[in-house]
Amino acid sequence: MINASLKELADALAARRVSAVELTEHCIERIGRLDKGLNAFITVDPGRSLEQARAADARIAAGHAGPLTGIPVAHKDIFVAKGWPSTCGSRMLASFVSPYDAHVVERFNDAGAVVLGKTNMDEFAMGSSSETSWFGPVRNPWNVDRVAGGSSGGSAVAVAARLAPVATGTDTGGSIRQPAALSGVCGLKPTYGTVSRYGMIAFASSLDQGGPFARSAADLAVLLNVMAGFDARDSTSLERAPEDYARELERPLPGASAGKPLGGLRVGVPSEYFSAGLASDVASAVESAIDELKKLGASVIEVHLPNTGLSVPSYYVIAPAEASSNLSRYDGVRYGYRAPEYDDLVDMYCKTRAQGFGAEVKRRILIGTYVLSHGYYDAYYLKAQKIRRLIARDFTDAFRQCDVIAGPVTPTVAFALGAKVSDPVQMYLNDIYTIAANLAGLPAMSIPCGFGSEGLPVGLHLVGDYFTEARLLGIAHQFQKATDWHARVPAGYA
Amino acid sequence: MSLPIDQVKRIAHLARIAVTDAEAEAVQADLNRIFALIEEMNAVDTSGIEPMAHARDLTVRLRADEVREGDQHEAFQAVAPQVEAGLYLVPKVIE
Repeated sequence: MINASLKELADALAARRVSAVELTEHCIERIGRLDKGLNAFITVDPGRSLEQARAADARIAAGHAGPLTGIPVAHKDIFVAKGWPSTCGSRMLASFVSPYDAHVVERFNDAGAVVLGKTNMDEFAMGSSSETSWFGPVRNPWNVDRVAGGSSGGSAVAVAARLAPVATGTDTGGSIRQPAALSGVCGLKPTYGTVSRYGMIAFASSLDQGGPFARSAADLAVLLNVMAGFDARDSTSLERAPEDYARELERPLPGASAGKPLGGLRVGVPSEYFSAGLASDVASAVESAIDELKKLGASVIEVHLPNTGLSVPSYYVIAPAEASSNLSRYDGVRYGYRAPEYDDLVDMYCKTRAQGFGAEVKRRILIGTYVLSHGYYDAYYLKAQKIRRLIARDFTDAFRQCDVIAGPVTPTVAFALGAKVSDPVQMYLNDIYTIAANLAGLPAMSIPCGFGSEGLPVGLHLVGDYFTEARLLGIAHQFQKATDWHARVPAGYA
Repeated sequence: MSLPIDQVKRIAHLARIAVTDAEAEAVQADLNRIFALIEEMNAVDTSGIEPMAHARDLTVRLRADEVREGDQHEAFQAVAPQVEAGLYLVPKVIE
């Protein structure tokens, strides 16, 4: 059951071979037994989950089930859920119980899915290792002394260790794709504006985008069908007709033939992604995956993204600038933590924020405050926004020559816990391959494509042009029909 | 660029984050390394390039200025640190 696809689970639920309550109990049992060593969850609430599972069983019995009815889903603790602690991995919100549901949570609830719990993450999604959480670091099930990746590390690990069949995450600079790669699962960041940001605790609003985690591309498509859609409460939600993201899983490309399902597909490989800095074990797994795409009929060409090296510097202006503004709401007045002792109002703000935020969050607020401060705006924020356009143009140029870009997600496999926490610049450089898609707003995903040193997973990065999620999922699905990397389970979690 | 320590303290105050002298020094070292990375941007000539504020140059959608939500102050104030008679309590601001 723990390795079943969403389709298989939905069929089993419909045929009453398993109930939503049994499925939920099974996940809760696994979390109770296995999560002590992983710390993927911040909150589980079996009573609340089982209540939803019973409602799902009633809905199935009444014949009103959809593809996610009765399916347990783990939500990243950045999505607020009514009645659930919604902490964002921060002391600031450690005791915050949300009075409302995020749009994403609402969508899953309406579909009859069961909230299995809230997953651990870097504080306010600021990090690439899930080590900055107030609730302690997430551990990688492939090797518990390694990081899970971040910031959505808890969601990635919940899926990797088969604690949950599927999970949600958010990606501001790689926070879905990077932990998906390092933990050996599939993760998709859709085109900016596809998934509503309502009730998704804000980090950098022009970059933040929600998306799904699953064990296969086919499952990601089912999840995105539920998560995506216009929401008037998010001012940048896209007003587009609903689409079926599973429609291209089995639809052959115009140039395809038997045995060559990816015939006619032009895969662009950016030379800048295979330069110094990419570990050889990651490079060789990714190169083998690109060879596999070729075997499936794709043609591979070299493309250039000449401004790749500027993505980290510009991101570390834009994201902290937006964060310093977004996080000004945590003042100890309306919700969240308040310092126990203070002299006056300003002192209350200063102590509340000093005690409520961790070191990385404070660092980014300070960067953002500085780059937006009087006299520095043009040199940093405006400059970074101009570079953002250059980076977006690189992709426009590349997509004139190819249909999809393939490359690595991360420069290395999962690194040791604690190895980079004291060196923010080294930590930031982990995001070198993922950030550009956020700056440009493009859809991108990571799928397992092999193993590097010490048996740690490697992710294949697929970046598409705007609104090509269905195509990306189709390519990933064909890859997964020909390979079994996505079906591997870490030892001890099978 | 090298941020002097009084600048670090000024920024921290603007951000309303209390810092001790030792914290300010640690943060100063981190910020200087981060700004060395950020300033790699200066190697590129961006004259004539329009700044890009949003992915795909999205414009933020506006809505009509009308009441859409009912009174939920009880639900929202239930999670506040200190409330009395429907009001948020803070230290005295005006003597």
